[in-house]
Amino acid sequence: MSVQTTLDIQAIREQFPLLDQSINGHRLAYLDSTATAQKPLAVLDAMDRYYRTINANVHRGVYQISEAATEAYEGTRRTIGRFIGAKSTKEIIFTRNATEAINLVAQSWGRANLQAGDRILLTVSEHHSNLVPWQLLAAQTGVELDFIELDDQGRLDLSHLDQLLTERTKLVAMTHMSNVLGTINPVERVIAAAKQVGALVLLDGAQSVPHIPVNVQALGCDFLAFSGHKMCGPTGIGVLWARRELLEAMPPFMGGGDMIKRVGLRESSWNDLPWKFEAGTPAIAEAIGLGAAIDFLNELGMQAIHERERQLTHYAWDKLSAIDGLTIFGPPAAERGGLLSFTLAGVHAHDVAAILDTQGIAVRAGHHCTHPLHDIFGVPATVRASFYLYTLEEEIDRLAEALVLARDTFQL
Amino acid sequence: MDDLYRENILDHYRHPRNYGEIEQATIVQHEHNPLCGDQLSIYLLVENERIVDVKFKGKGCAISQASASMLSEELAGKSVDEAKAFDKQTILDLLGIPIGPVRLKCALLSLKTLKAGLYGVNLVDDDEDSL
Ligand SMILES: Cc1ncc(COP(=O)(O)O)c(C=O)c1O
Repeated sequence: MSVQTTLDIQAIREQFPLLDQSINGHRLAYLDSTATAQKPLAVLDAMDRYYRTINANVHRGVYQISEAATEAYEGTRRTIGRFIGAKSTKEIIFTRNATEAINLVAQSWGRANLQAGDRILLTVSEHHSNLVPWQLLAAQTGVELDFIELDDQGRLDLSHLDQLLTERTKLVAMTHMSNVLGTINPVERVIAAAKQVGALVLLDGAQSVPHIPVNVQALGCDFLAFSGHKMCGPTGIGVLWARRELLEAMPPFMGGGDMIKRVGLRESSWNDLPWKFEAGTPAIAEAIGLGAAIDFLNELGMQAIHERERQLTHYAWDKLSAIDGLTIFGPPAAERGGLLSFTLAGVHAHDVAAILDTQGIAVRAGHHCTHPLHDIFGVPATVRASFYLYTLEEEIDRLAEALVLARDTFQL
Repeated sequence: MDDLYRENILDHYRHPRNYGEIEQATIVQHEHNPLCGDQLSIYLLVENERIVDVKFKGKGCAISQASASMLSEELAGKSVDEAKAFDKQTILDLLGIPIGPVRLKCALLSLKTLKAGLYGVNLVDDDEDSL
């Protein structure tokens, strides 16, 4: 690629202390950011500062540090809202992760609005977290599940979309970017078609929000779920965004403190948005950490991050596809975000990952929480290398060399 | 590198011993490891409480398949009671390499399959849950 990134990757790397270590005598090459991203100093410091100076429960105390904690926690909601183009902080619900956000929609919106015979359209490439909650709902309500399949290049096959979207389709729930194929899905097209039949659209943004600019107004979706830990923030904090009218009409997901207005012995009334959906003491430090992560990403620019990952993906595609016996799954580099899943002929994915580990290279091996997709490929497991804003070309070179080593070690 | 994939492990993986099926097998047992998709079938021919023939078939990572191959060699000619006495340490000694908690499931798939076949229930705890 001739285009140079505008990001100063070395300077970025200095913000990530974890990257500066050696594993098995080699410098760590962390190529598993799709599973979870590393955390910059800004995030570590923000959380540390919270615990050292203003740790107190939120929404309760009238004393100074509780007010400061509440302000920091609620301030993150504004940061998140602006980041994804929400209209109000009332539309930003904190959850533990993307998985919980999707379960919230299934159990609250789904149980209140769907009945036997209604249909939900998914894709065969969903992460288990955007599949199993709908299976649970189907068992509870008699809702039926339909699936968009893949074409032979691993893209979503939208040629039957009109047949799949029926009058009974009430929801389309799909990933914005696949965590296995890397495909950035043409969600705009699906959203436009869903609107024609009056179906709502939930986007699983677990992979898109950390890596590409996402604006819910421009997309026109109805729900968006994502996780803090995949976007340089801490674990234990995630987000559900939804249109305010939908959230207003939805019943609570969990009951407890903070989500109520008045509580009687037999009956209670619910708090306003967004707190109606946040029962119990929330993950305060984690929310503050997520706010710091978004500030960090914003400063670099999501478009610049996306372009950098595209550059890395082209680079990796060229390097890896030159290796004999290596098969990459999914569409060409131009249609992807920063990840490649592949197999190496004759070497099981776990053995590949174990050999890469001996070279200090961290990749994921397995089914990446997409059993059905791996069944379609007819392989039990793949190896996945994924890139983020701190990834170096040199790490991809080392990956390619270590893959040749793995192949030669196993030479059958 | 040299630790996990010693030549003898690779040798058993490339040239598994006792690979195949026994048509008249007394005991046939299939198990799999959902973590990495390893699959294993063990076939035992038992006569007078003695294992007179062993075969296995499987697909999966080198650790799981080498473990099955080594176990099959060890089993041939043993009494059923001797086979029942095989445990986690038997397998780790056969492999002779350090196995981390994640790969333990791969390493012990052969033992799990054997025990399930001999007892008819799963008796092998392949999780590191000891306190
Ligand atoms: C596409 C996709 N959806 C959902 C998830 C679930 O994220 P979490 O485990 O943080 O809830 C992941 C994480 O691996 C993912 O890649």
